[in-house]
Amino acid sequence: MSSKVALTGNEALAQAMRQINPDVVAAYPITPQTAMVQTFSQFVADGEVDTEYVTVESEHSAMSATVGASAAGSRAMTATAANGLALMWEILYIASGTRLPIVMPVVNRALSGPINIHCDHSDAMGARDSGWIQLYAENAQEAYDNAIQAIRISEHKDVLLPTMVNLDGFITSHAVESLEILADEDVKEFVGEYQPENYLLNADNPIAIGPLDLQDFYFEHKMQQAVAMGDAKQVILDIAKEYKELTAREYGFFESYKLDDAEVAIVALNSTAGTAKAAVNNLREAGVKAGLLKIRVYRPFPAEEIADALKDIKAVAVLDRAESFSTNGGPVFADIRSVLYDIKANVEVVDYIYGLGGRDIKVEEIESIFNDLQEIIKTGQVENRITHFGVRQ
Amino acid sequence: MANLTEIRWHGRGGQGSKTASILLGKVAAKTGKNIQAFPEYGPERMGAPVLAYNRISDEPIFVHCQVTEPSIVVVLDPTLLEVVDVTEGVPADGTIIVNTEVETAKIREKLGFEGGVYTVDAYGISTEEIGAPFPNTPMLGALIKATDLLDFDGFVVEVESEFKKKFAHKPEVVEGNMNSMKRAYQEVKQ
Repeated sequence: MSSKVALTGNEALAQAMRQINPDVVAAYPITPQTAMVQTFSQFVADGEVDTEYVTVESEHSAMSATVGASAAGSRAMTATAANGLALMWEILYIASGTRLPIVMPVVNRALSGPINIHCDHSDAMGARDSGWIQLYAENAQEAYDNAIQAIRISEHKDVLLPTMVNLDGFITSHAVESLEILADEDVKEFVGEYQPENYLLNADNPIAIGPLDLQDFYFEHKMQQAVAMGDAKQVILDIAKEYKELTAREYGFFESYKLDDAEVAIVALNSTAGTAKAAVNNLREAGVKAGLLKIRVYRPFPAEEIADALKDIKAVAVLDRAESFSTNGGPVFADIRSVLYDIKANVEVVDYIYGLGGRDIKVEEIESIFNDLQEIIKTGQVENRITHFGVRQ
Repeated sequence: MANLTEIRWHGRGGQGSKTASILLGKVAAKTGKNIQAFPEYGPERMGAPVLAYNRISDEPIFVHCQVTEPSIVVVLDPTLLEVVDVTEGVPADGTIIVNTEVETAKIREKLGFEGGVYTVDAYGISTEEIGAPFPNTPMLGALIKATDLLDFDGFVVEVESEFKKKFAHKPEVVEGNMNSMKRAYQEVKQ
């Protein structure tokens, strides 16, 4: 029996972690993730979980301890945000390169400097090439659901890659929202007992983990990682299907919202996708064929599926909540434009870099982006390929 | 979303505007409504003007932007009227509820607001009932009376149950808070 509750995103994720009941959590608090690990540590103190909670002196140590715990054969989790993720950088690659199925909520926040504690995606976007699976969530419900599915995805024998479960800082992490949480026993059954095949503390089959790997094998191991990332796609879909049987909530690589007959569409991640739905609804009432593609799985990038979903759209705006300083648009834009180029789709794609450092984006502002797209269709001209939206000049 | 109600709370850091918005949201959620409750996080300083928000709807709520056109505004501290335009974005048929000793007509005139203006002496009530000027729980009572947002009897039961959880380590504060909420419900004036 699931129950309807009103929780912050951080509380919802702490509940997911309680229900997953990992063997080890090593975490360091950082705004806006703090309430998540603080709430979870209370569950540890109250004996509601069996978790060994390791307090550490930094995020570098948090990820290092999580790597050690996972390599030893335990189900290990941590959580972070922004500069904390940046401090983990070195060990992120060790986690993925060592094929450790760690699951980590990341509460998306702007990277300093200048110092800022509010939402953007510069933290996770910077880590998009670190070999971690990345899931994104519109609201607390999706973040909760993603965390539970992530355990199964990461631990699947065809995958064995770590997963970041992303949610927007403050907007999702600190807002109280209505959501459904599953019964404890349903989560326990869904995630199952963790049974690693090879692990350090297996006395019957002693192995080394993380030895020197030079010209002779490093490349092959990177290739295996890339193959596993590709194989993760089917696993993600299979687990989503199983999860739907439990919850009736449907998950895939992305959500297509009123996209089937759309002429203009927006691509967005996380909470802004919800605001964009309101814009789509308003425009549909005004007779505009507007739609939304909300990416849930960003790594691995579901290239063919996204291309197929967007191929008949006439103009697409990608919303990037990160400035990659490439001078050629944000990271999501680069991926989306690339897949549409491959299929020679007759669609104009433009980029809107928005919301940096938590700057708000409103329904009517997203409607104005749809208006820009209609103008592109009407005139056949793209005036600005890349727009920094909502910034003061 | 025609049935979407948006609320803005004006308070000063430490007065419990965030707590009030979350309490209202959690109780509304228990009645089956879809809700959001969130503060605006700036530099957090005791006494500085702060904001918190609610969205309450029978339909699922998609939007995640800030609330800019609230139909209901609650002001937890009367001195905020001197420094903040609490009427900003409020439609002409909206409702503004102010914690003040000043009579309602004078506040209405000061705000220059045509819609519903309500006042209640939340400092006076909470000082008598709780022993200190905590305006947030009385203002919740005043809010329900002024707006009929939720059934008050049901609201009282749910708030008490939330308080008993929240103040499990100091149950002695529950009664005073409940009394001040009920008194403000009775004493709020239009």
